Amino acid sequence: MKLLRAILSGDPPRGRVLTMVLLAILLGLALAPWLFPGTASLNVAAKISYFVVLAASYDLLLGYTGIVSFAHTMFFGIGGYGAGLALFNLGPSWSSILVGTAAALVLAVALALIIGLFSLRVRALFFAMITLAVASAFSILASQLSAITGGEDGRTFRLPEALRPGFHLDAGPVALNGRIIAYYLVFLASLILFLAMLRVVNSPFGRVLQAIRENEFRAEALGYRTVVYRSIANCLAAAAATLAGVLSAIWLRYTGPAVTLSFDVMLDVLLMVVIGGMGTLYGAVIGATIFVLAETYLQSLMAIISHATAGLPLVPLVFHPDRWLLWLGVLFVLSVYFFPFGIVGRLARR
Amino acid sequence: MTAPATPAPAARPAPAQRRDVAPLLLVPLLALAALPLIGDLSTWITLTAAGLAMGMIIFIIASGLTLVFGLMDVLNFGHGAFISVGAYAAAVLAPSLSGLTQTDSLVLNIVALLALIALAMAVTGALGYAFERIIIMPVYGQHLKQILVTVGGLIVAEQLIIAVFGPVQIALPLPAAFRGSIVFGDVAIERYRVIAVAVGLVVFAAMLLVLGRTKIGLLIRAGVENGEMVEALGYHIRRLFVGVFIAGSALAGLGGVMWGFYREALTPAMGMDVMVLVFIVVVIGGLGSVGGCFIGALLVAVTANYTGFLAPKLALGSNILLMALILLWRSRGLYPVAKR
Repeated sequence: MKLLRAILSGDPPRGRVLTMVLLAILLGLALAPWLFPGTASLNVAAKISYFVVLAASYDLLLGYTGIVSFAHTMFFGIGGYGAGLALFNLGPSWSSILVGTAAALVLAVALALIIGLFSLRVRALFFAMITLAVASAFSILASQLSAITGGEDGRTFRLPEALRPGFHLDAGPVALNGRIIAYYLVFLASLILFLAMLRVVNSPFGRVLQAIRENEFRAEALGYRTVVYRSIANCLAAAAATLAGVLSAIWLRYTGPAVTLSFDVMLDVLLMVVIGGMGTLYGAVIGATIFVLAETYLQSLMAIISHATAGLPLVPLVFHPDRWLLWLGVLFVLSVYFFPFGIVGRLARR
Repeated sequence: MTAPATPAPAARPAPAQRRDVAPLLLVPLLALAALPLIGDLSTWITLTAAGLAMGMIIFIIASGLTLVFGLMDVLNFGHGAFISVGAYAAAVLAPSLSGLTQTDSLVLNIVALLALIALAMAVTGALGYAFERIIIMPVYGQHLKQILVTVGGLIVAEQLIIAVFGPVQIALPLPAAFRGSIVFGDVAIERYRVIAVAVGLVVFAAMLLVLGRTKIGLLIRAGVENGEMVEALGYHIRRLFVGVFIAGSALAGLGGVMWGFYREALTPAMGMDVMVLVFIVVVIGGLGSVGGCFIGALLVAVTANYTGFLAPKLALGSNILLMALILLWRSRGLYPVAKR
């Protein structure tokens, strides 16, 4: 029990229902290749894993520090392109993953530092607008430099031997193939990153961030240099998002602007964090899970409604399977008003 | 900013306001500096005219946003939705006006354009009212929630547009007399760009007149400077603000029509695409300043055109670079509004 508390950095989920839900998600992800066999469901599980990291790192900014950034997918993209381009150009080996990741981390942290120094001194709105501009310039840049990045098409690449579907490993009673090994790599790395972020927000440093969010003036008066703390938080979040990008590249064996850099991905992350619950990393877990599940399975439910209401005007249009984002958008607006702590906030009360 | 120790004598005339002219010179200086680099006069005129037209459209869109921000400290990330809605409203009405738009008469075409603009502004103005009541009113004074909730409104609006009009792009052909170019010797200027500049100038002049010469304008400017004082003098600043919000949304609709005709094709995400430029313009101009917004819009558009011609590789970063330079010079934009 003590060990468990230490692993969770003394911040276990509050409330029995929430704990059960999180345990179910953890077990579901941990045993996904056995519980839900099949390529499609494994894809969903892996996507949930790395989006949990991405959403949690965004929550570090939005929920814990009170900074709205629209450049978060830029860092996600830097990670994806870093690992992807290294694998593409240097050949499918573990060392190219490491080289790509290291280069991406350096670039991401440097960019985060520059953006932060330029705009974190001023108001939240300023930061939001400037990050939006920088992120859009970056995504145009990535699609323009097609000789390096593959442009709009992106790059498809091969993974190291052990992660390829053709690879088989007989480990006693269970037979592992390369795809399952890749899944466990993504899952375990996501888990470790998540726990590391949990450690960060529950450290004295994390408490200062929360103090800045609650009352910047008071935090400054207590002697904390808020600009420094904010910049460090910005860099940490950027680094975590970069690693999430690396994981996504490893899983997808592809990197391109649509899956990493586009503003749509940014909105997705925003939806995950707000619907799940801001200011608690467990919210990112629930938000990412719900979002990815909705993206995959809500559409079939909506198709049923759309067919059932085919005679009515407009209703079938609104329930068209491609309009699932509309409903999440409505849910998003409602949760900002009525559940500022998201689903986690509701569940924790029970 | 402490008050002087001795009270000024009441009879002393108000000190003449020092005009800050340096930002006004930016656009002419930039244009002059670009001339020798480009080398060819007719190319330079074409590029400058195209830049000015684009700048006017961006200004129309950005002016509403910056005014709303200046008055009530609300930054509407959903502003982009009004641009799309305005353009789509025009596209809905355009076919039924084809009698006016297909004839080669400039007057009839202008009548059609004005009708389309009026419709788009009415629709987006009404939408702006609903948006203010439903989306923004509950979160006054909370920046974080404002950003989130207006982004949410943007997602919903964009999805509704897709639900009604479909995700594919819709054509919005220019009226017949607006097509083609006016040619003087080597110089060719597209006719629609002249129209866009004219509309932009009319909007700018109207805004300056309303803000500078009417009582409502006086109240708005006073509200930007010090809202509490205006309230204390007995004016209902909330009501004033709703009016400004509706006007800002209607201006976004107007900008949407102009932008839609400029591209001659509409996509549901077109508003959001142009918002990035709008934010850069608003930041350059100084949040809340209409004059700064005008200069910023022209500056951004002209710079983009020149760099697009001189160094195409640099063009996509030119806006960010310009913003960084301006912010290094004046960290709160060209014309910072006093209280912020």
